[in-house]
Amino acid sequence: MSVLKTEGATMRFGGVTAVDNLNIHIENNEIVAIIGPNGAGKTTAFNMITGVYKPTSGQVLYQKPNSGNAAMENITGKRPDLIAGLGIARTFQNIRLFKEQSVLDNVLIANHVRLKNGFFSAMLHWPFYYKSEREMRERSMVLLESVGLADHANELATSLPYGLQRRLEIARALATQPQLLLLDEPAAGMNPKETEDLTQFVAQIRDDFQLTVLLIEHHMQIVMDISDRIYVLDYGKTIAHGSPAEIQGNPDVITAYLGVEEE
Amino acid sequence: MALFWQNVANGLTVGSLYALVAIGYTMVYGILRLINFAHGDIFMMAMYFAFFAISIFYIPWYIAIILVLVATMLLGMLIEKTAYAPIRNAPRISLLISSIGVSYLLENLATVLFTGVPRQFPSIGSLQNSLVIGGVTIQQLAIYTPVVMLILVALLLTLINKTKTGMAMRAVSKDFETAKLMGVNINRTISSTFAIGSMLAAVGAIMWGQKYPQIQPYIGVMPGLKCFIAAVIGGIGNIKGAVVGGLLLGMLEIMIVYAQPGLSGYKDAFAFVALILVLLIRPTGLFGEKVTDKV
Amino acid sequence: MEKNKTRFRGIASGLTKNKRRNLLLSMIAIIALTVFLHFTEQGATVGSYEVRVLNLCAVYAVLALSMNLINGFTGQFSLGTAGFMAIGAYTTSLLIMPVSVKAKVFYLEPIVPWLENVHWEGNFGLFGALLVAGLITAVAAFIIGFPVLRLKGDYLAIATLGFSEIIRIVFTNTQSVTNGSTGIKSIPNTANIWWTFGVMAFFVVFMLRLMKTSYGRAFKCIRDDEVAAESMGISLFKHKMLSFVISGFMAGVGGGLMASVLGAITPLLFRFILAYDILLIVVLGGMGSITGSIVGAFLITTAKEWLRWLDAGFNIGPIKVPQIAGLRMVVFSALLMLVILFYRRGLFGNKEFSWDGMFRLIKNAPKRVAAWFKPKPKGGGAK
Repeated sequence: MSVLKTEGATMRFGGVTAVDNLNIHIENNEIVAIIGPNGAGKTTAFNMITGVYKPTSGQVLYQKPNSGNAAMENITGKRPDLIAGLGIARTFQNIRLFKEQSVLDNVLIANHVRLKNGFFSAMLHWPFYYKSEREMRERSMVLLESVGLADHANELATSLPYGLQRRLEIARALATQPQLLLLDEPAAGMNPKETEDLTQFVAQIRDDFQLTVLLIEHHMQIVMDISDRIYVLDYGKTIAHGSPAEIQGNPDVITAYLGVEEE
Repeated sequence: MALFWQNVANGLTVGSLYALVAIGYTMVYGILRLINFAHGDIFMMAMYFAFFAISIFYIPWYIAIILVLVATMLLGMLIEKTAYAPIRNAPRISLLISSIGVSYLLENLATVLFTGVPRQFPSIGSLQNSLVIGGVTIQQLAIYTPVVMLILVALLLTLINKTKTGMAMRAVSKDFETAKLMGVNINRTISSTFAIGSMLAAVGAIMWGQKYPQIQPYIGVMPGLKCFIAAVIGGIGNIKGAVVGGLLLGMLEIMIVYAQPGLSGYKDAFAFVALILVLLIRPTGLFGEKVTDKV
Repeated sequence: MEKNKTRFRGIASGLTKNKRRNLLLSMIAIIALTVFLHFTEQGATVGSYEVRVLNLCAVYAVLALSMNLINGFTGQFSLGTAGFMAIGAYTTSLLIMPVSVKAKVFYLEPIVPWLENVHWEGNFGLFGALLVAGLITAVAAFIIGFPVLRLKGDYLAIATLGFSEIIRIVFTNTQSVTNGSTGIKSIPNTANIWWTFGVMAFFVVFMLRLMKTSYGRAFKCIRDDEVAAESMGISLFKHKMLSFVISGFMAGVGGGLMASVLGAITPLLFRFILAYDILLIVVLGGMGSITGSIVGAFLITTAKEWLRWLDAGFNIGPIKVPQIAGLRMVVFSALLMLVILFYRRGLFGNKEFSWDGMFRLIKNAPKRVAAWFKPKPKGGGAK
């Protein structure tokens, strides 16, 4: 069953085509990677999927969890918050945590999208509100525990070391209870040890949370280790698609990364 | 029909004045991304400078004008150095708050220095005299203001497009960091932006005093806001836009009251209505470029 | 590590060992304040002039909270407070004024018939009037919010300022409802010190609660990073609107209280200069701090009164400074510029008062004072 599918998704800025005719599909519980040189349009692809940009043409289709064999829903150009509500969560290339808030609050807020009590019940502190607030806190603490951040719960998010900030961003995305998780260069700026930890971490959360993962990454080691399939983008075009082994041997990919030798 | 043309002349005068002051807003915004709330008060101070030079110290008007221009220019540069330069790297909202603070300080300062009693602005040369063209009586000001404005704009555009300082200004407004790396002297460029903007505001202030010859410490507030609106209508950061925006707004104000005299009480509200319409329909104004936020 | 663990457990169970002490201290403080207000209301503590200043302090605190909610907590730079206050002030005044007074005040042009015989009397009347004032202002904020909340940063600032001015200009021209530029006087001074402090206390509790709910957290996330907030499923428009409407409600109630405290209002009172005054309170106290807004309101309002000696003329040693009208406002605005330039986060930053924090401060005070006199270590210590 496909979770996400793009059909000819294209994004143009003025005269520049950032992503050209993107056709990807992601199956349930897969880890799929998008790789490509800088400026290949990977983050733009993410932005189209999560609604930050509305594609110039083409479609983004999504299968809601537990919707059986119903047709896929067209989510092209929907507002980001609505897309998050449907179960797609993401992280950012340059970490975007809520800077002035604690680690716990960063995760707590991600529960807001699943909140069931209304504004007035919250303000009047009705029993239902207490219950949902307590549940939220418990869920968030469990989540922080599972990603190894529970000890830091009350520290300011930005006081964490870099690697832990990345982890917190993933935890925050998980707290929205997604079905599909988009990770934008989760290993950027990490040392080999941290990168290895992250690789295991991503594989583990996929199993623990029953996730489907789409990831952008430059670290080939991670990509080759955990991806089921890989898409390669170059100048907005999809130049290759296949299993890690297939991609490693693909001459086009090697050319895109290393450049063609001058004659 | 004569009344119609009189109103057109009137609209042109007010519009040209708006344009002169709007350029200051648009230039500062182009470089610092700051609505310089104090710009209207710089305008007010220029009026007082002119008043003192001509009416109190009896300096001939042609010398007085030069003195006023220099004094206003220095004031603008001083404000930038003391209130904006120290917090240039702070969040943009701090800059905005600082400019509101400066505005507040200048108004209070003017109240103490010049008292709140309205003063009569001196008349300069024959600007306030009337002139009859084809049966239509207009002030000479209606001819001079647009001409002066156009000459100054032409000079300014030459400066910006042809000189090194102008190139630096364009570079800084395009990309602050890169311009710095390329060796542009940021401090000097910003200083000259404020100097030019303030000087044009001073010219506007002197001409304004010919049209509405009453000065008090809060005189700059309304024209200031309206000129900012003119800059937004034209597309903020764009000098030609500020000129077109100023002329449009001046015309609009005068002609609506001419067509519907019953609305004269709401005259000051037109600009704000226009602003809100522009922001909703075309937030980048007539000549502005679209900016996409990077994620 | 071990220390962190115990702290975490403490917070998770919601109990700190100082909780009972803090509760006791809070109760003592509230009782002391109530006793003070009681005697002040009886005229036993301070004179009527000081009471008026205290009333204004509390009203400004409400207004500062209103502006802080949208600017400091939600990060949306709105300068429309003065216009919202005008709506609240006129609504309240027209509802609580006796019929005979209305006839006298509206001598240029009689008041519209549907307001002519309205008179909500006494405390119940004021309560109803403030509630209606708040609601009408909230509705106005809702309508204005639709177009303007799509804008950001300084564009939002200028658009809200624009609406605020439009409201004022409309009020100047609607002679038969607002009495035009002459304004309204002889508004009943029903709002005594119980009212002003009561309303302030209500909104302080309201804000503290709001910021503890998930909605309050959503506001702060929008302030910190709109893109990230939206990606976490927070509807930007919905939450900005919620914050804007609540802020409008508070500004309306604050404006209504102010009308009753002052006894006279004119459209000129609600120029955007008034919004600047409140903005400066918020900035001084700290954007995003409830405590800051309260402390800022009391500090600035009393300082403005206290600085009156500057206007009256004074001596600096042998130098005699003559009477200069407006000097205090210059000194006042210069002080504020210093705060803006050198103390950008204000008194409280985005922190709140807590007894624990205060005891920590007292405990660490000797060390901090000593640190001032010690030469600074070169290169700085490790973080």
